[in-house]
Amino acid sequence: MANFYTDNEILKFHLTNPIMKEIIKLRERDYTEKEKYDYAPLDYEDAIDSYDKILEIVGDITGNIIQPNAEDVDAYGPKLENNKVIYAEGTKQNLNALKEGGFNSFIFPREYGGLNMSIVAYVMVAEIISRADASFVNIYGLQDCGETINEFASKEIREKYLPMFLEGKTAAMILTEPDAGSDLQAVNLKATYDEKSGKWMLNGVKRFITNGNGDICLVLARSEEGTSDGRGLSMFLYEKDDTTTIRRIENKLGIKGSPTCEMVFKNSPAILIGERKLGLIKYVMSLMNAARLGIGAQSVGIAEACYREAKKYASERAQFGKYINQFPAVYEMLTNMNVRIQAVRTFLYETAAFVDIYKSLNSIEEERPLTSEEKQMAKKYQKLADIYTPLVKLFGSEYCNKIAYDAIQIHGGTGYMKDFPVQRMARDARITSIYEGTTQLQVVAAIRGVTNGSLFAAIKEHENSEINPELEYLKHTLINMTAECENIVKKVTETKDNEYIDFHSRRLVESAGNIVMGYLLLRDANRDIENKRVAEIFIKLAESENKAAIQYINSFEIKDLAAYKHFI
Amino acid sequence: MGLRIIVLAKQVPDTRNVGKDAMKEDGTVNRGALPAIFNPEDLNALEQALRLKEKYAGTEVILLTMGPTRASEIIREALYRGADKGYLLTDRKFAGSDTLATSYAISLAIKKLAPYDLVISGRQAIDGDTAQVGPQTAEKLEIGQVTYAEEILGIENNKITIKRRLERGIEVVSSPLPLLVTVHGSAPACRTRNSKLFMKYKHSKTVTELQEATEDYIKLQKDRPYLTIEELSAADINVDSEMVGLSGSPTKVKKIENVVLAHKESKILSDQDKDIENLMKELIDNHIIG
Repeated sequence: MANFYTDNEILKFHLTNPIMKEIIKLRERDYTEKEKYDYAPLDYEDAIDSYDKILEIVGDITGNIIQPNAEDVDAYGPKLENNKVIYAEGTKQNLNALKEGGFNSFIFPREYGGLNMSIVAYVMVAEIISRADASFVNIYGLQDCGETINEFASKEIREKYLPMFLEGKTAAMILTEPDAGSDLQAVNLKATYDEKSGKWMLNGVKRFITNGNGDICLVLARSEEGTSDGRGLSMFLYEKDDTTTIRRIENKLGIKGSPTCEMVFKNSPAILIGERKLGLIKYVMSLMNAARLGIGAQSVGIAEACYREAKKYASERAQFGKYINQFPAVYEMLTNMNVRIQAVRTFLYETAAFVDIYKSLNSIEEERPLTSEEKQMAKKYQKLADIYTPLVKLFGSEYCNKIAYDAIQIHGGTGYMKDFPVQRMARDARITSIYEGTTQLQVVAAIRGVTNGSLFAAIKEHENSEINPELEYLKHTLINMTAECENIVKKVTETKDNEYIDFHSRRLVESAGNIVMGYLLLRDANRDIENKRVAEIFIKLAESENKAAIQYINSFEIKDLAAYKHFI
Repeated sequence: MGLRIIVLAKQVPDTRNVGKDAMKEDGTVNRGALPAIFNPEDLNALEQALRLKEKYAGTEVILLTMGPTRASEIIREALYRGADKGYLLTDRKFAGSDTLATSYAISLAIKKLAPYDLVISGRQAIDGDTAQVGPQTAEKLEIGQVTYAEEILGIENNKITIKRRLERGIEVVSSPLPLLVTVHGSAPACRTRNSKLFMKYKHSKTVTELQEATEDYIKLQKDRPYLTIEELSAADINVDSEMVGLSGSPTKVKKIENVVLAHKESKILSDQDKDIENLMKELIDNHIIG
């Protein structure tokens, strides 16, 4: 009986990170819910034991239901019949299993029927599911919409819509339009207020909508007539009815089990979420951050699956009289795969932990005023989470693609055949660096944190932490890398040439991100020396990558940009 | 129309994952080396009961198992999936019981838990593969039985309709209640553990287990009576001691043999067309194909 949680021990290592004690305490309001709910934890030990066991249930479902269904889901996918999306048989089974397990309201508060689990655990569920079937997490992960409702909608709306998730209703996050992709400020779907019904009416077309058939839809629409930028957009909740038409399901390269729909709204009634005009600038930003973390988890899950397939194949395939995992060219690939997965995974769970803390504090603030210490903490972690999230999305998705590429490479010609699952994983991987903001846009989102010093401030907190003397030399390397990185950032920004800064920003963002991951792996090694090997290899890789980036920038003057415009 | 359903289940060694130390030298099962699990077909039985619970409001599903203290684990497993209550039938006097003695004890326990509308169990347990306990229990309770059930289709006017999976096809039968049903492994798999129910019931313990628990735990059980798993002893169900355990078990193990499976009649064919043709002819003549 396969179990995708228990067969990967590092997950429990991250789940039992000491910071979880603080996270769960906040989320559980110091364990006061046990009087009211028979399934609330008694104390930290009880809570973390439940987390562990519940992830074990998810591991069981993913290993024994979702994974065995994945090939068929990919082959047959969803169908459009009479304006309704019919999921692949396997997708239906997966949804049913998660509903029976009660996982569809994983992070919602108990008063709305939720499990009130932490975001770290939720992200872990997303990683585990993605390892089994990346397309399925796109449907499961739309719980994020519920989280947005929980954060920003009125109590009345929460009470009506959040329990629907528990019944197995699914959601959709409806943002993109034919002319508004990366640039969501250009959204044009029209929302007009109808005095008679007291509702808003939506009219227009949306494209590339994941799970466009969802029951609970969050729609970004233009509520302010005459505006043309992001400040004229509001967020609406549209409950699926007959007023929308699904024109088609896109025929995609990968994640084929997830229905990507083109939708037409025609006088579709909707209710406003939160305040007018804050749709894009506040609510979508929050929703997008959650979704980006989700893609980070999806990327790690796909990468883990690829690594395992490649490792297995390389240990069984013999050429030239030995197993191919004995050749340096192959074992280097396998090791780098593993090390990069560990690096981005620790980054993922660190970020999830930050999100956990500030979101809990924000929700506590609805109940009572925060102490000044708590306020500071919420601010600090939100800032860090905002800087880390695009980095996790960037590294996760790029690594995932590289790892999927190498996994096929290790399989040789066999991997190119549809008979082996790595080709599915590679096709699924390809979208991760595109949707919820391309890698290039993650750089845009992250660069400010790098150039204004906030990220380096966070990095320097690690410099002050105590470390096992055995690991001191690694810390020393990271301190040097940090100094070099700061210098090069300074050098680039001092030019004050925006085009030049944009040109190099990916290099700067990645160099800084490498240092963060290096420190996190070092911390993990400090907690358990078994992790030393991973830290050592990663820091070696990161150091050489950063040196290459610095060398490139140092040899690059503003006037060199001109040569790059010849070929476009 | 609420039903009262008793599900019979057994904790068994997981003989599906047999390693090299699964058997002792004398040929008996080395229970220590095999993980103890919920007998698979009993899970199919539980699922049928839970489906009836969903269909008919007010239905109560009670799990009954006989075994040592640690068998309480499968009661918890049933509670995590939606059962309402569990009883552990446990007593040293039951040790060594064969199917006859077991069904005797179980039938007395069921009488103690009466009234009931349905008793549902798996067809057989993977450790003994006898498929006897269900039918014998029905006989002792003097109620009807339907074996090899694949799906309970419904209940109307105190009459239950059941689809049976037989060797050569499917049969649909109906019967008045109360009835004992044994469920075949081809029935739908049991639902997964529910996370809320898991967190609600994970602290449930039997009276014996509680004796070793800390004070906090005992207090918790007092505050939440649903956490106590009730035990039934031989005395609780008024057994005749002579009819259980070794003395009540006419089945005696005479001999245990290790069976090594081997291909007895293998033929080696050459890759010549003639050999293949002969083989085809033989297979057709024997009606193996065609």
